[in-house]
Amino acid sequence: MTDLAIDATGLVKSFGATKALAGVDLAVRGGSVHGVLGPNGAGKTTAVRILATLLRADAGSARVNGFDVREQPARVRQSIGLTGQFASVDDDLTGTQNLVMIGQLLDLSKQAARARAAELLEWFDLTAAAGKQAKHYSGGMRRRLDLAASLVGRPSVIFLDEPTTGLDPAKREDMWDVVRSLVGNGSTVLLTTQYLEEADALADEITVIDQGRVIAHDTPHGLKRAVGGQRLTVHPLDPARYGDLVTVLSGITSATGVAGRDQRAEDGRGSVTVRVDGDEVLPEVVARLRAAGIATDEFSLHLPSLDEVFFSLTGTRSGDSRVPEEIVS
Amino acid sequence: MTRTFNPRHALVLAKRNMIKILRTPEQLIDVTLQPVIFLLLFTYVFGGALSGGSQHAYLQFLLPGLLGQTIAMSSISIGQNLNADIEKGVFDRFRSLPIGRAVPLVGAVLAEFFRYLTLFVVAIGFGYIMGFRIETDPLKLLAAVGVAICFALSFAWISVFVGMKARTAGTVQGVMFLMVLPLSFASNVFVHASTMPGWLQAFVKINPLSHLVSAERALMLGGPAGAQVGWTFAWCAGLLIVFFPLALRGYIRRS
Repeated sequence: MTDLAIDATGLVKSFGATKALAGVDLAVRGGSVHGVLGPNGAGKTTAVRILATLLRADAGSARVNGFDVREQPARVRQSIGLTGQFASVDDDLTGTQNLVMIGQLLDLSKQAARARAAELLEWFDLTAAAGKQAKHYSGGMRRRLDLAASLVGRPSVIFLDEPTTGLDPAKREDMWDVVRSLVGNGSTVLLTTQYLEEADALADEITVIDQGRVIAHDTPHGLKRAVGGQRLTVHPLDPARYGDLVTVLSGITSATGVAGRDQRAEDGRGSVTVRVDGDEVLPEVVARLRAAGIATDEFSLHLPSLDEVFFSLTGTRSGDSRVPEEIVS
Repeated sequence: MTRTFNPRHALVLAKRNMIKILRTPEQLIDVTLQPVIFLLLFTYVFGGALSGGSQHAYLQFLLPGLLGQTIAMSSISIGQNLNADIEKGVFDRFRSLPIGRAVPLVGAVLAEFFRYLTLFVVAIGFGYIMGFRIETDPLKLLAAVGVAICFALSFAWISVFVGMKARTAGTVQGVMFLMVLPLSFASNVFVHASTMPGWLQAFVKINPLSHLVSAERALMLGGPAGAQVGWTFAWCAGLLIVFFPLALRGYIRRS
């Protein structure tokens, strides 16, 4: 209980008729990265805003670093850093001015604030742009400056609300490295994301939320096992061979014993995606495709997409009134 | 639960707002070009007619009045700016910091000090070119500047309040304009109240702008200033007592 950096129970929040959170529990161990995975509108941002004291929950309770977010918001604010979905930097100020301002608001002396700003700008590779107004920064630079701003006070709990949404893949990897180094420094990170891949790459534990409710809580390994391992996507070079490709892949997957409606999905590009348990099946697939004479121009093994995760999780729940097709589409 | 208000934090954010103003100098039009145009128009178009032929006499009368009118008019921008600012992420950052709730608002109002100082330099500087002369002494002029800026920073909280309540920045302008326009014309800014109907005179007499303008005239042109300065400060206190808590509540509710 005491080693939990974030401990929330039964968080409920409505905006008018919309129920953003319908009773969310979160337990995050100190020094870990916790991923909150969910689609747009699942309630991820609302949960983060409540934990960061920007919003009050209608019901439920939450403690951050042992302080109650409702009763002791000032104490909570002293130990958290928040990086929002939309970079919270001041466009008219330079990189340095943004960070020095935060430092001074955190009661650092002007010298200390300047030193901290320089240190963070260096860490985030923004030294060259330190004197430029943030409005002239690229999207990736703004995100980095925003993250730097949330780290000025050396917070022990850091909220990252979709830190890589809108970033290109290379910048995303950079951001992942930063998150890993944060935990290396002993901080606790709560990360929201729409990508299983991102949660898998960074998080020690993942909570999946949908429509304001927790629908799964597990380690990345456990979650992946629950949603049926990896996906193999194959695209035939000759679109006319699509039917043959489906036959070949169906043979493989039935051989692995995996069943389920998401076993085979067509994405409209004429490629076929099947669920596989691991990469040991690949040589067999290649051999059978060669035997059938099907040439391919895409052959990839990847983690299930968020859609597929949700299909697996919600589609197998008993008493679920939702129509699975809605989630997949 | 300690949410202590630290004046140093407010100064840090006042500096932020000043940097923003300097980065977009067109934000100073309402305290630079606008009073100059009003001075020229009113002095040369109406001045002769209003004061029996002497444009100089009217200029002496007009300039302290125009300072009051400009203060009321240029309060509009702070509410507009805050209304636009608050939707951006940077206010989320302020809310997540261990600083007093009022700090971002107080910081923004303090930065207005700089704008009103600009107003005085421009209006009196340009007035001097047109022939305006201070008839008292530099100390009294300094007092005039101090009283006016005190009033301006108190008056600004009306705009901050409207800015917190209005849905868009455009609404802030509309609402403030509706209030500022009658307030600045139904006053002693442009003409003496003596020719107005009695009911209007009654309003002019309690109008806070009238008190400010009377104080400014006395401090710049001579005459007893004490009572009018006192009334002006009373209005400052009243505006703060009413609109500071309202604006703060609007801000907190909005988050």
